[in-house]
Amino acid sequence: MSTIEIKKVTKRFGDFTAVKDADLSVGPGEVVCLLGPSGCGKTTTLRMIAGLERATSGDVIIAGQRMNDLSPQKRDIAMVFQFYALYPALSVGQNIAMPLHYEKLSKDETDKRVMNVARIMHLTDVLDRMPGQISEGEKQRLAVARAIVRDPNCFLFDEPLSRLDVELRHSMRGQIKEVLTGLSKATVIVTHDQLEALTMANRIAIMRDGLIEQVGTPHEVFAKPANVFVASFIGTPQMNLVEADLKSFGNGKAAVRLAGNDIEIAADPAVSRLKPSKVTVGIRPRAFTAASEKSGDTIAAQAELIEPMGAETLIHARTSAGGEIRVVIPREMKVKIGEAMHLRPDPKQTHFFGEDGKAVRA
Amino acid sequence: MVDKVSIWEALGFRKASGVGEAGWGYTLIVAIVSFIYFIPVLMIIFMAIKPQDVALSVPPTLSPTSLFGLIPDAYVFSPTLENFTSVFSRSMTAGGAPEDTGFDRYFFNSIVIATVSVMLALVIGTLAAFGFSRYPLKGNDTYLFIILTTRMLPAIVVIIPVILMFRVAGLSGSYIGIILLYTAFNLAFTIWMMKSFFDELSLDVEDAARIDGSSEIKVFFKICLPQVVAGLAATFVFGLILTWNEFLFALLLSGTDTRTVPVAMNQAVSSGGRGTDWTLLAAIETLFLIPVFLVTFFLQNHLLRGVTFGTVKR
Repeated sequence: MSTIEIKKVTKRFGDFTAVKDADLSVGPGEVVCLLGPSGCGKTTTLRMIAGLERATSGDVIIAGQRMNDLSPQKRDIAMVFQFYALYPALSVGQNIAMPLHYEKLSKDETDKRVMNVARIMHLTDVLDRMPGQISEGEKQRLAVARAIVRDPNCFLFDEPLSRLDVELRHSMRGQIKEVLTGLSKATVIVTHDQLEALTMANRIAIMRDGLIEQVGTPHEVFAKPANVFVASFIGTPQMNLVEADLKSFGNGKAAVRLAGNDIEIAADPAVSRLKPSKVTVGIRPRAFTAASEKSGDTIAAQAELIEPMGAETLIHARTSAGGEIRVVIPREMKVKIGEAMHLRPDPKQTHFFGEDGKAVRA
Repeated sequence: MVDKVSIWEALGFRKASGVGEAGWGYTLIVAIVSFIYFIPVLMIIFMAIKPQDVALSVPPTLSPTSLFGLIPDAYVFSPTLENFTSVFSRSMTAGGAPEDTGFDRYFFNSIVIATVSVMLALVIGTLAAFGFSRYPLKGNDTYLFIILTTRMLPAIVVIIPVILMFRVAGLSGSYIGIILLYTAFNLAFTIWMMKSFFDELSLDVEDAARIDGSSEIKVFFKICLPQVVAGLAATFVFGLILTWNEFLFALLLSGTDTRTVPVAMNQAVSSGGRGTDWTLLAAIETLFLIPVFLVTFFLQNHLLRGVTFGTVKR
């Protein structure tokens, strides 16, 4: 079975802890993205799965077998590197054939497999060229081709698309997803691009400072972020995270003082457990509706900066308390700079985070 | 799209970079400066083909041809190959019969000793450099520094302990002795050069090879080594030139059978009590130039890439 499992994996470099107690399991055919800002330990985690780094403690289990002490050669995995790591002294065809050398195939069989993969990745025209003579997109496809030519336990991708320009990235994302779907192997993709993660992954693991903050489907991490960090990291434009005073809770509604407004808003029953305290309220920019006049559940703000984004318009609005709120409104709605707005947050898309930064949810 | 390949490129000469060719003015200045650089070599080559009696004539003869009447006859000498034959065989006493000078042997010695010691240093040094680059010891730099200390002192200072060691070990005058000595001296240089080449390589490529199933040996031979061919060539040529021209150690540590050309050259022109035979000396030097010239010429593409390796971020 093609599975990857890591249990309580920790990696320390001297005094620095790069990864701390990471738990993750990837099932057969599942694609999991490790997502996080640079330096959060996601690449280190991937390299520990590959065997290029030894875990300081914890277990790395691939295909049901504990592989902590096995060298990368013996783990039977395929990996695509961020900078492709093509063999500069070998031609494109030889690059693809390289992983096959260790399966002791006949020359005919090797050629057949290479041609097959080259056809899938559209590399048949450049098989005789050297890696230095092909385009960036072709290099990327070659790196993927070299990984899928074998039938390994699992696939690992380290920032596979980061070197491509926007257009290529878009088409490669689709191609890689298609190829991965056909292979149905456990796959881990490291990326710092949330769009990449949201589109390619079955599940996303969000990392920060060596810790896995949340693991969930793209829908889950977007709709139910576990804490303030995940809430701010996923989604563009960024979620509004506003400091607020929780005053009371009754009838399923929380009374909060938020950005200079006293409002009542329907909230998760779990919020009732909180005593009156400081909370952080998270509202996505697309979760506002503009009301025509002030009422008990609207936030007053003044439009300060207007960024048309095509189908929608992003408005940076200033609240009476001085904070900034990002609001996305449909293109048809016209707002002028300086105009007073009354913003009604959708209670279903409003998140409460306690003082520890964790989401308060039933 | 058809790439135009000039005959020079086809022959392996370096292609002009795309920035733009220099005009005739600059080219001419460079040609003049190059020519000035080349004059000493040219003088040696001309001296080698001059008849012995005009070697030191005043005014000096400058050219083997009159260049279609451009150079006055007084400055023109008639070229001869006599000096080259007398390198290998000449009469040692006035009016005596020609004797074998043993120079064929000395050339053979020089070629064998230089090639073997540089190749040995290259093999050992490349492996060592890879070790220093990829599997650093605690205090790696200290070891590298210690390796270089043998090259920090003038050879004349190092020679005393070396002679003592050779005498005790019974290595004086043997091929093994002089080859080992040159190998040791080239090692320092080779390790430092090759380490810097290995340091430049992408570690990801090696990791990729490991994941693809290559053993560490294969990673070295199939992945790393092909990437530093230019560095190997550059190191080989520099080592060869240094060793080929080395005089002091060869003088003190080689025997009559293992004498190298620089030592033999010195003895050939200063013995016999007839004063310095300039044309003979020039003929030996000209012959001595040829092997290094050929090696450098055939490796020049690699040489230029090797020397500039890593100075430009690719």
